[in-house]
Amino acid sequence: MSGHPQDRPTPEHADWARENRLFEIRREAERKGYVDADTLRVAGAPFPKASPATGYYGVPLLKEPQWSWEIPPYFFVGGAAGSAAVLGLMANWVGGDQELARDCRLLAAGGAILSSALLISDLGRPERFLAMLRVFKPQSPMSVGAWTLAAFGSFSGAAAFAQIAADRYGLPVRLLGNIAEAFSAAAGLPFSNYTGVLIGATVVPVWNEHIRSLPIHFGMSGLSSAVGILELMGHENTALNTLGLGAAAIETLEGVNIEASRKPAVEPLKQGTSGFITRLGGVLSGPVPVALRLAAAFAGRRRSMKLRKAAAACSIAGSVLTRFAWVHAGHVSARDWRLPLEIALRKKGLP
Amino acid sequence: MSTTTAFFTDSTLCIGCKACEVACKEWNGVSADGFNWTGNSYDNTGSVGHSTWRHVKFVEHAPDAGLGGNNAELASWVFSSDVCKHCEVAGCLEACPTGAIVRTEFGGVYVQPDICNGCSYCVVACPFGVVQRNKEDGRAFKCTFCYDRQKVGLHPACAKACPTESIKFGPIEEMKVVAKDRLEELRARGMDDACIYDPTDTSVGGTHALFLVRGDPRQYNLPPHPEAPTVYTKAGWTSSAVAAGLLLFGSLFAFLGSAKR
Repeated sequence: MSGHPQDRPTPEHADWARENRLFEIRREAERKGYVDADTLRVAGAPFPKASPATGYYGVPLLKEPQWSWEIPPYFFVGGAAGSAAVLGLMANWVGGDQELARDCRLLAAGGAILSSALLISDLGRPERFLAMLRVFKPQSPMSVGAWTLAAFGSFSGAAAFAQIAADRYGLPVRLLGNIAEAFSAAAGLPFSNYTGVLIGATVVPVWNEHIRSLPIHFGMSGLSSAVGILELMGHENTALNTLGLGAAAIETLEGVNIEASRKPAVEPLKQGTSGFITRLGGVLSGPVPVALRLAAAFAGRRRSMKLRKAAAACSIAGSVLTRFAWVHAGHVSARDWRLPLEIALRKKGLP
Repeated sequence: MSTTTAFFTDSTLCIGCKACEVACKEWNGVSADGFNWTGNSYDNTGSVGHSTWRHVKFVEHAPDAGLGGNNAELASWVFSSDVCKHCEVAGCLEACPTGAIVRTEFGGVYVQPDICNGCSYCVVACPFGVVQRNKEDGRAFKCTFCYDRQKVGLHPACAKACPTESIKFGPIEEMKVVAKDRLEELRARGMDDACIYDPTDTSVGGTHALFLVRGDPRQYNLPPHPEAPTVYTKAGWTSSAVAAGLLLFGSLFAFLGSAKR
């Protein structure tokens, strides 16, 4: 403690202004448990302090989701594939658009294959994927989802296979293809949106807060992207524009809903990186395609298709971003130690 | 007929020796989880996780400003050994799609390591942040309630190693009585801030690991209203049905409209 003589000023040459500043800092630290400084962000407090206001030193109670990068793309692909199966059925039997129905079958089957690959590669033990089909547990959205994927994959695969067999080789499998298509659409209905239930029925606050809207949100996002992919493939059926418009309108409502909410659990959807991605995804899947598709509905054929393709690209990008945003927000939400402990206070400078 | 058992962890008796952490790791062959300084009192373990099934919390309070500075008598420093709560309605068990997570004959929640495929859905289903996937191994792990030891009539390793009987173990009814008696005893001695943590009034429906703590349970990272996420599934599937309806009828009407043209 000897040090430089200037370290221990004697009263006659003490700079009292600076001495008082030290006293001020000490008072602030005593009063607040931390000191505000531009270069210093103290996590918790200089003296470790557990309290009803900071929980257990602000250590998060919940564990963060441990899914890897495959899961947001899985949500996107599954949503688009499931919706495509339903669109295919309707295009075939109601719209009478065989070209569209064929592409829907191929899209559904391709999506099912890609979904399975993404899901399996995310598992900690991919070789044990079949353990998913050991039991059926209706109370577990993951179990329901795994079975739905299995059914959807089988039927959409069969429908696409029959389509190719009939088109290319003239095999008499049209009836089988139509039956498979119907079952594929039936499985596609839950498959397009179950991922909303999957993440909603968890302990992650930002997810379970939106359990009522997430399946609709994800379902409409999936429909938009299916419509978008089909339009980019060159399909001009006006039903696609109508559906894209409807889905984008519902997505706009969801965005308004999120922005209007003042609940602390919703913060990750509005702040930070996750908030930015959410908003970007929301704008691209909501208002932008709504405007473009409305304009397309009243434009001439050529211009209309251009506008629709622009809307399609926006919706697809928005849909991908939306899935990444929600997963990212889930991580942020799980790290927020205040929420499960029901601590409303957020002091500036605290983690 | 096996007895339903429970832990009763009495934090007023805990001396923070971490014998439970060591005993658990040794008995269960759980890997070390690094030597990291947290800065949170003497707790350098962090939290329960895939390689930490017992975790001693060091709940330390600063002395109140203006009431004697660093006078040791005014600061409080209590310890509490945390563990999987083995919920009556266990979020992890309900969420597990493979059936790897089961309820044992002793009432504990057990992850069968030969079935778990590492989907990590249990991780986001646990309201206490207990179960976790080991990234190297790929599977999820947590406290087994020493199922192997209980099978042969032994007490769990942590309870056996605890030198102060802060961790008690026995039939659940007995543990509830012991906890209640202890609480009354402490209250009679003037320790008014003591309370039992056992969330029976939430969807978790009570636990097989009761805690006696002093002060607000939140400073021990014990949530006031832990919920098993199964409470959300009904609303979720209803919304899913609405979304499916929108898709089905939306596309029906859209294609009806386009077919006319």
